Amino acid sequence: MAAKKKIIDNLDWSYSPSPESTAHIQLKERYDLYINGKWVKPSSGKYFPTTNPATEEVLAEVAHANEKDVDLAVAAARKAYTEVWSKLSGAERAKYIYRIARMMQERAREFAVIETLDGGKTIRESRDIDVPLACNHFFYYAGWADKLEYAFPNRKVEALGVAGQIIPWNFPLLMAAWKIAPALAAGNTVVLKPAETTPLTALKLAEIIHDCGLPPGVVNIVTGFGDTGAAIVNHQDVDKIAFTGSTAVGKIIQKAVAGTNKKLTLELGGKSANIVFEDAPIDQAVEGIINGIFFNQGHVCCAGSRLLVQESVADLVIRKLKDRLNTLYVGDPMDKNTDVGAINSKEQLETIHKFIEIGKQEGTEMYQSACSIPAKGHFCPPTLFINVAQSSVIVQQEIFGPVLTIQTFRTVDEAIQKANNTPFGLAAGVWTDKGSRIFNLTTKLNAGVVWANTYNKFYPTSPFGGYKESGFGREGGLHGLNAYVKLV
Amino acid sequence: MGKEKKAQSEQLLDLRNTPVVDKVGVEERIERFQSRSIKGESKKQGLRMALNMIDLTTLEGKDTPGKVKQMCYKAMHLHDVQQDLPTVAAVCVYPSMVKIAKNEVKNSNVKVASVSTAFPSGQAPMDVKLRDTKFAVSEGADEIDMVISRGKFLIGEYNFVYDEIAAIKEACGKARLKVILETGELATLDNVRRASDIAIMAGADFIKTSTGKVQPAATMQVTYTMLMAIKDHYDRTGIMIGMKPAGGISTAKQALHYLVMVNETLGSKWLTNEWFRFGASSLANDLLMQIMKQETGIYQSSAYFSID
Repeated sequence: MAAKKKIIDNLDWSYSPSPESTAHIQLKERYDLYINGKWVKPSSGKYFPTTNPATEEVLAEVAHANEKDVDLAVAAARKAYTEVWSKLSGAERAKYIYRIARMMQERAREFAVIETLDGGKTIRESRDIDVPLACNHFFYYAGWADKLEYAFPNRKVEALGVAGQIIPWNFPLLMAAWKIAPALAAGNTVVLKPAETTPLTALKLAEIIHDCGLPPGVVNIVTGFGDTGAAIVNHQDVDKIAFTGSTAVGKIIQKAVAGTNKKLTLELGGKSANIVFEDAPIDQAVEGIINGIFFNQGHVCCAGSRLLVQESVADLVIRKLKDRLNTLYVGDPMDKNTDVGAINSKEQLETIHKFIEIGKQEGTEMYQSACSIPAKGHFCPPTLFINVAQSSVIVQQEIFGPVLTIQTFRTVDEAIQKANNTPFGLAAGVWTDKGSRIFNLTTKLNAGVVWANTYNKFYPTSPFGGYKESGFGREGGLHGLNAYVKLV
Repeated sequence: MGKEKKAQSEQLLDLRNTPVVDKVGVEERIERFQSRSIKGESKKQGLRMALNMIDLTTLEGKDTPGKVKQMCYKAMHLHDVQQDLPTVAAVCVYPSMVKIAKNEVKNSNVKVASVSTAFPSGQAPMDVKLRDTKFAVSEGADEIDMVISRGKFLIGEYNFVYDEIAAIKEACGKARLKVILETGELATLDNVRRASDIAIMAGADFIKTSTGKVQPAATMQVTYTMLMAIKDHYDRTGIMIGMKPAGGISTAKQALHYLVMVNETLGSKWLTNEWFRFGASSLANDLLMQIMKQETGIYQSSAYFSID
């Protein structure tokens, strides 16, 4: 036996680095604002750097739009709306949207690489999830453009006008697609502001939109910080605001829009419960828990950040989770084998560290994967907090990082109560072999999305959105179209 | 003795820890293994490891001493053009060919595995299965590949299946026992998991997917389900059980996917031919072709690789 042991100990099969090539992408040193079909210098003359969070290297400089620039963009969008876009037939609009989708597909690899460089998410996710899904949103809504009277039978459908759209840094290209595609399909024109840490794929999208020959002003991309977003929200000539981001900013926007004629949809934070019953397919549930919280480093509004596990299987599930944590590859997002990439920004990493400190002070058991973390760049090892109480801060507040809290429950009612006992209501997961229990829970969980025996699945046809402080309005599917039309 | 045995088995056969398996979730997990990028040194190492895990197999009615002898030579001399290659793990033959095979490989590390228990159907009385097994062992088999009674399993007679495996294990003596579940006939992953747990509890040293005579044979889904049974058993008891997917694995790329799966479920401890085998015959040449591509930079014609 001793001899056998030796052979075993000698064996360690680690995967050689397998980095995705960056040779084929083209990035400009400096990006201006895309307004009225042209690249326009910011009136302030100010630019800010956007960096690679995995290496902290500057990728490009990006224009900082102020009120004046936003005013230009809104004026261009208004002009394009009244003079061109609202006069086109749905079928004509569809042609443009299909063209955008196809060109994105053709340049999918380039988009994936830039998304990973700029945002820190793994190339596997950008390549297999973000970019294909973004393309599919354009394809899907292109299909609706000439069928609006079938989408809303017996109603006359009108576009809203100019839509101001502000998107977050966690799924930069995908969120741009979620916002732009239904707006264009319904006949609106757009002023979109990407997040300050991840503007590059939206600017690449502007290049594609330009190459597609979309009439000038139909889509305008303005980059900047919170003040740029505020300028869009407060602009008199914007008919609709769509915002995806934090609940705190969502509240500010809702106050700003109150008393105006602007339509509003908000897709905000979450603290979603992933509920595992004793009869669940345990190994698949463990995968679902991992995917639920560590997908995109936990930078997911609907992340399954609260695990509720039935007491009879809690020890087993926790043991398996710890085990699985150590087989996750954490590190260079550009390596095709990396499972967990870089935290999007220094600020976000500090926020996550703050919550981890709070968790430690709250005296719960912490477990982190034994992975080695690159010396440079912003990284956080996958983290579990075990035996946490409902009254704990780390259970109540959104961390937006790779941190999972684990609570146990005894009965179905207790699970429902704990899952709903939060100001948020974005998503939930239910793991059980029992079909009837799934249906019981879907009616009782206050969440916009409930996944059964899976987690973090997104389709263009499926509406997505929240309850309570997770926002209102739906994106995706027919419901997503509803947010961009007037029914008369 | 019979009664005593049964009472014992009822005590030991405890399926309360056997979880249900969700096929959709398993498929998703498999996709992740398949999307691993194995390049450079890790590929070189993986290809050699896979080669060293093969049970080179011939299980045909038309098998002859000549055929078996040539296969045994190949087992020890995979591609002598290349110096530093490992041998395969074992040759796998019918009981009647064990003595011939054993004689051929006696001066090497290559083991002789024999199928038994009225392979492949297992439709024979218990005493025949026992004699079949004892004969193979007495002829020199290092390993016994038995089949379970799938009919009994499918009508829920789990104790029968358990007892049969336990009895064959006893008949094996020092030979290691591989238990073939014939997953292609068990139909669901829930059944695969239950059968895996029964085989492990009854004393299997290895669990094996298929005879190669039924389609589908080994799939990654089925193998993953069995690996998780092995893992749960190991976590509970500290006892390692081996795994052998058999049939349907013919390319180097597939083999690397399997190795990735083992590496990321059971860990690298299982990445030796003591704990993991491929039941395959055409896989060896594809691995050799890939190894030669790595060594020389040129993808060579299949005409340069011997078919035995």
